[in-house]
Amino acid sequence: MPKAKIDAESGAAPAVTPAQDEDFALHSLQEALAADRRYTPNKEELLNLYEQMVLIRRFEERAGQLYGLGLIGGFCHLYIGQEAVAVGLQSALDSNRDSVITGYRDHGHMLAYGIDPKVIMAELTGREAGISRGKGGSMHMFSVEHKFYGGHGIVGAQVSLGAGLAFAHKYREDGGVAMAYFGDGAANQGQVYESFNMAALWKLPIIFVIENNGYAMGTAVKRGSAETHFYRRGTAFRIPGMQVDGMDVLEVRKAAEVALEYVRAGNGPVLMELNTYRYRGHSMSDPAKYRSREEVQDVREKRDPIEHVKQDLAALGVDEAALKEIDKRVRAQVAESADFAESSPEPAPSELYTDVLVERY
Amino acid sequence: MAIELKMPALSPTMEEGKLARWLVKEGDEVASGDILAEIETDKATMEFEAVDEGTVGKILVAEGTEGVKVGTVIAVLAGEGEDASAISAPAPKSEAAEAQSDASQNKPADTGTAQLVADVQTKKDPEVPHGTNMKTSTVREALRDAMAEEMRRDDRVFVMGEEVAEYQGAYKVTQGLLEEFGAQRVIDTPITEYGFAGIGTGAAMGGLRPVIEFMTFNFAMQAIDHIINSAAKTNYMSGGQMRCPIVFRGPNGAAARVGAQHSQNYGPWYANVPGLVVIAPYDASDAKGLLKAAIRSDDPVVFLENELVYGRSFELPELDDHVLPIGKARIMREGKDVTIVSYSIGVGLALEAAEQLAGEGIDAEVIDLRTLRPLDKETVLASLAKTNRMVVAEEGFPVCSIASEIIAICMEDGFDDLDAPVVRVCNEDVPLPYAANLEKLALIDTPRIVEAVRKVCYR
Repeated sequence: MPKAKIDAESGAAPAVTPAQDEDFALHSLQEALAADRRYTPNKEELLNLYEQMVLIRRFEERAGQLYGLGLIGGFCHLYIGQEAVAVGLQSALDSNRDSVITGYRDHGHMLAYGIDPKVIMAELTGREAGISRGKGGSMHMFSVEHKFYGGHGIVGAQVSLGAGLAFAHKYREDGGVAMAYFGDGAANQGQVYESFNMAALWKLPIIFVIENNGYAMGTAVKRGSAETHFYRRGTAFRIPGMQVDGMDVLEVRKAAEVALEYVRAGNGPVLMELNTYRYRGHSMSDPAKYRSREEVQDVREKRDPIEHVKQDLAALGVDEAALKEIDKRVRAQVAESADFAESSPEPAPSELYTDVLVERY
Repeated sequence: MAIELKMPALSPTMEEGKLARWLVKEGDEVASGDILAEIETDKATMEFEAVDEGTVGKILVAEGTEGVKVGTVIAVLAGEGEDASAISAPAPKSEAAEAQSDASQNKPADTGTAQLVADVQTKKDPEVPHGTNMKTSTVREALRDAMAEEMRRDDRVFVMGEEVAEYQGAYKVTQGLLEEFGAQRVIDTPITEYGFAGIGTGAAMGGLRPVIEFMTFNFAMQAIDHIINSAAKTNYMSGGQMRCPIVFRGPNGAAARVGAQHSQNYGPWYANVPGLVVIAPYDASDAKGLLKAAIRSDDPVVFLENELVYGRSFELPELDDHVLPIGKARIMREGKDVTIVSYSIGVGLALEAAEQLAGEGIDAEVIDLRTLRPLDKETVLASLAKTNRMVVAEEGFPVCSIASEIIAICMEDGFDDLDAPVVRVCNEDVPLPYAANLEKLALIDTPRIVEAVRKVCYR
């Protein structure tokens, strides 16, 4: 029986009209996006997206500086270059019911969720006021209040955990969708496919988001992946794929809407590949010798997501002065969060043994 | 020549079964592959097929007979050219002849795992209120009832794992749950431990109360990253924001003749990890009371069962809500001369050893740790202060074991109470061998515990 027909019979309306093609469902969402690639924002919406992206960039630049000063330790993975992904996708989510989970490159996702930069920066410096009270660090941050479930340090773990969040949405019938972000490197972990299988089998409400930034640490995609078109990797599980320009926040937003409509209708998971790029090394300790300066420079000049939004803003008639105003506000906000993170006290030694277990036995 | 049909062993742990139904009668011709009878084990009803051609001569065990030991001759088949009606029941063999034939035939008592299952009863737990009615229950039923009761009580509780629903559990622990709670709450997974451990953990983070069954804990090594890195550490890493109330449960430890990859006690592995609660009960009352407590806990719990004990019957209190405290050891037998500390299947051996030692004038106290993390140091040290001598009995590898930990506790906090070095009795430090004689050598047994006790008592 053609897959499209099965979907039709399940009672949930597909995003687009089913065709006779057996594999129609697998590329139907991609076609829907191709037909109408970009979200049309009003001026206020676009300014808001711009501000969030600039906040992430300035925040991450500052985090890089604090790392250099020894105020942030351990591993610290910056999101510079990838801002449009988290901002575009999360702008389409319903924060009252949808949940988000990601890996260790997590600062940007938290900022995109409107979490206070001060408590994020204070976590990076390992202070009591940090969002994990200084006990998690860069890779382990959570906000249950915002339905942001981490912040996970083990590559690929968030994919199974995200399927679990989706399972909980379905079990409770709360209408929520889980969004699980992972990288092109994590996409080669076995548990990702275990999760794809169960998510599709049980029609879990989840959007799997592969942030393809071209490098799994130092390994270029083509050196580590037999199938480099990651959006195709759900095919074996009948999960529709979408390939999205992750440097264009309006395309990302549009893709999120197409995917959400499909998932919310009870059709099961969607796999979305966002082609993006990180300007910095994998982590602060990575000199990024595996690629040329020219390559990075080329992306900065031609594909930078923030510059892209600036052009769109200009087209809507927003002048430079309005952008400068935002830039100024963001710089002040980041400076404030850095000051807060530097001046806040470290956790009390008595915190060492708190929160190991919830209950006392 | 007449062929004896013997009660077959239909699972690694089967020692006896019920001859539920004969599908042939005396005088019937049978061919190889014909189904002769249905045999019920504690796990399933199995069909018993003919291997040889012939005529059913004499049926020696009537249908409906329970407790037929493996190896018992249940019927005799006449071969070609034989007169089936002339065949009579085989004459009882002499002991010598039996010993000779048994050497090459199925005799479960000769394997190592038979020596793990002690024929002892446990006394009523002092935690159970005085005057409570007791009923007999297998550990298997106690575990099932614990899950069912908690599922009735809290609709966030669900059970997920391989073969837990339609198959009724690979070891029949989840029997009947699908029927009562439906497919939404009793969920068969593909064979994909890493994936479903992660999905369960994520669901717990999302506010549900999953009970994740591993067919055995040997397979949980595929999933151990989620148990440790995702479930155990998140509450701490999130500064107490993100709970993970999940139970990972299933059989643990050596089963019968299943070889090295299916025979390991993971108690010490999980007990090593801060952020986990680790429970390993022995009898039915603890299995039920502690599983209910585990499901209600806000912490991630690793709940280690033992396949060899599933079918054993114990007294179980008839209470509406039998919940026991996590983190409390149980004194299974009071004594004054020496303390034997154990947990899980080792408790039966420790009790059996204590009974033997009583005959030698050594009065042993037996402690069942029940919870391996957090460990009840107080009960262990109080007993040491009383008896001044200690043996730790553990069905598991000796190196970096729970026994090692108990010995460290005695050194650190009980040194002045020691009249002799603490001795540990564990399995041998080798992967578990398959050969019956080697398996027997490798596994802990009662005589070894008795010998160790004599040693610490200088007897």
